[in-house]
Amino acid sequence: MRPGTLKQILLITDGCSNHGENPIAMAALAKEQGITVNVIGVMENDVIDEYGMREIEGIASQGGGVSQVVYAQSLSQTVQMVTRKAMTQTLQGVVNQELKQILGSEVTMENLPPDKRGEVLEVVDELNETVNLEILILVDTSLSMKHKLPTVKEALLDLSLSLNARTGNNQFSLFVFPGKRKDVEKLLDWTPKLESLTTVFNKLTPRGMTPTGPAIKEAIKHFGKKRSLKGLLSGDHDEEFYEESI
Amino acid sequence: MIMMKSFTKSQFNIKYGTIIQGKWHQNSYKVIRELGSGANGTVYLVDFNGNKAALKISFEPMTVTSEVNVLKSFSKAQGVTLGPSLLDVDDWVIGTQQYSFYVMEYVEGVHLIPFIRKNGMTWLPILILQLLKDLGDLHKQGWVFGDLKPDNLIVAGPPIKIRCIDVGGTTPIGRAIKEYTEFFDRGYWGLGSRKSEPSYDLFAIGMIMINSCYPQRFLKKEGGIQQLTQAIDASQELRKYKSVLIKALTGKYQTADAMRKDLLKILNGQTVSDQKRTVRRRSYNYNQTRQRKSRRSWVMGVIETILIFILISLLYVYYILGNIF
Repeated sequence: MRPGTLKQILLITDGCSNHGENPIAMAALAKEQGITVNVIGVMENDVIDEYGMREIEGIASQGGGVSQVVYAQSLSQTVQMVTRKAMTQTLQGVVNQELKQILGSEVTMENLPPDKRGEVLEVVDELNETVNLEILILVDTSLSMKHKLPTVKEALLDLSLSLNARTGNNQFSLFVFPGKRKDVEKLLDWTPKLESLTTVFNKLTPRGMTPTGPAIKEAIKHFGKKRSLKGLLSGDHDEEFYEESI
Repeated sequence: MIMMKSFTKSQFNIKYGTIIQGKWHQNSYKVIRELGSGANGTVYLVDFNGNKAALKISFEPMTVTSEVNVLKSFSKAQGVTLGPSLLDVDDWVIGTQQYSFYVMEYVEGVHLIPFIRKNGMTWLPILILQLLKDLGDLHKQGWVFGDLKPDNLIVAGPPIKIRCIDVGGTTPIGRAIKEYTEFFDRGYWGLGSRKSEPSYDLFAIGMIMINSCYPQRFLKKEGGIQQLTQAIDASQELRKYKSVLIKALTGKYQTADAMRKDLLKILNGQTVSDQKRTVRRRSYNYNQTRQRKSRRSWVMGVIETILIFILISLLYVYYILGNIF
């Protein structure tokens, strides 16, 4: 199996959306296009309210991803863990699909004998290390997030440290919502170096609304933009393979 | 600290006397008590035909498989006594649910930090020497331990011997580190990458020594080697090993053996040479002075040019004036 490209949206928020499209529906739309949506809920001393919690879980499960709610101080480790976990989840899905095609509809990794399972997992580990990753980070910059933003910045730098230790290539892009005039604002276009976010991040001014749905919608479009540009240069057949199999 | 359980379901709670029987190999294990539980599963002390063993069970079959893969490669590599030996891998079916588990040797002992607190600081360098030896063997087999920390270290015996009990973070050399704990991770302190290489583990060893003298650990403030050096200087015990610690924390050791030799030197009352560092510093200073010198000569050059230009202009003006009048 040749490594293709995994696509992920990483949403960092502290509560409910209150503007625009339904974010859970938008997550479903992302998944249909082979993009996994992961959500990290940041809370602080207090607990996130029930409704916000349900939305966070809903977005991730609809988006085929992983969700986790944490205190701001343990954000760094969670961000990288959630990302890696979602990658493994997607790759296992791909491998299971292959297994079904080879061994019949009932076979997944879980019901192979332990020895065989170990061998299959080595394939997943190998893919995890070498697969290319496109990750679009969506940061909620509504007013309540204001003093959590420095921690978010730290966590994202830490994420790039973890991911850049892999052999596979990484492409990062960063969007914040709400933006200056629009619902969503692009801070960083596709780049292998997430470190460049340090300067843009310090200039952020938090604003009122939380348009989570429109933000996801815009993020999906941005994946498309990249692909069409790249597609002009070289045909990416591998990507299609992953999209089908998720 | 992680509050949610959206995909990490609630913990196991298996009662004393429960029989766990494997679906594939049909072995039966009787649960005696819980030994510990973490994000990846729960470990129980079990009885197998009158012998004690440790059984790890998880909701995520792939966690079990991945750890088993590591333990297996340990047993293939002879002489590696770092981790517990693997006894069995299987699935346990109850009702419609299926859980994966593996059974390993039960390593009986005390965790590193309580052991040192009870038996004295003298033991710290000795246990570290033991650990470095095993770690060196592991590295030679092409693995890096990854999540090295006191919680994963047990002092067994007598005879006293340090052992690692959780091999979940072990990664082949050259890949990205799978699991880590911030305090022991060089990336967190801004002192290196998360690529698995021997120096990653050696950094963690340095932090384990620091942790032994700061049982509460401490948070990152400015980070970097400055903060860690301050912590070392503030502890009478750690100051003894300062040269080795600094070299380990700044990634100067390529092998566990090199660090082990330096630590032995200190214990035998010799000083550890810092040669590499002083040479580097000297060459750095050299570069700096040369840079300053070249900058100065550049300024001189500009002044020279301006002076010549002014002189020639003056001569020209004088010449023209002379022609007119």
